[in-house]
Amino acid sequence: MIQLDKIDKKLLNLIQLDFPLDIYPFRILADKVGISEDEVIKRMQRLKEEGAIRRIGPIINSRNTGLVGTLVALKVPEDRTEQIAELINSYPEVSHNYLRPGDYNLWFTLSAPNSERLQEILEELRQEAQCPMMDLPTIQLFKIGVKFKIK
Amino acid sequence: MEMTEIQRQIIILTQEGIPITSSPYKDISHQLGITEEEVVKQIKLMKDLDIIRRFGASIGHRDIGITANAMCVWNVPDEDVEDVGRLMATIDDVTHCYARPRHPGWPYNIFTMVHSYTRDDCLAIAKEISKLTGIDNYKVMFSEKEFKKTGIRL
Repeated sequence: MIQLDKIDKKLLNLIQLDFPLDIYPFRILADKVGISEDEVIKRMQRLKEEGAIRRIGPIINSRNTGLVGTLVALKVPEDRTEQIAELINSYPEVSHNYLRPGDYNLWFTLSAPNSERLQEILEELRQEAQCPMMDLPTIQLFKIGVKFKIK
Repeated sequence: MEMTEIQRQIIILTQEGIPITSSPYKDISHQLGITEEEVVKQIKLMKDLDIIRRFGASIGHRDIGITANAMCVWNVPDEDVEDVGRLMATIDDVTHCYARPRHPGWPYNIFTMVHSYTRDDCLAIAKEISKLTGIDNYKVMFSEKEFKKTGIRL
């Protein structure tokens, strides 16, 4: 596990929601945290290399970019989970894919440029996997604010 | 909401992550033939237009010890979905909250994601949500394996 000191944690909590939108963002962060810009960059490069930061970039709103998405659950026999997970992952349209306990054990999210493409992928997966499937598109979005409280 | 071509290009050039350097938009601005200020201005504009939900860091939450990730599913009376969904969304540890359709044999219609340091933390949070909302027909499903996790890409 990655070792984080107080300043690292402060930086991580700051850059999730309020990454400064400025041509010199790390200079602004430096002022906020009270260290030099060079040190912010050095720390953040380490955090990125070690995996604490995956990337700094846009989280796009799939609705306003014309993408259509859904959550899908599959009921897969235990001895086929790896194989079917690999099949699911082979689609670049799949963003998340998890094994969870229960009858429906493979859970993945999918977004495509249009619903035709979305349905096409679901149909291909139905054919290939031959497993019961639940298509669970969002009816209403109440929250999507992935911010982790780093304690 | 229609994106302009330059906005689309900016998303494509930043979605794998901007470099951690003093001027992270320098290369992008050269590639697009606009100023760094204009790149930032367009990102702000896309945020205002809700084309971008947020611009910031995605955290490798597992790598820093936030290893428990629970999908909590709730069976909520249809007429209460709106109120209960809004209430659940106010809880800090709930990172996502959606209403989704029921299926035969699947009565759950609200989905919340809870992330925390331990499974016990997640279970305690689910219990809290249950107490707060009065919904006691629910299931907590931890992730046993992460096969894929990326952001949505254009």
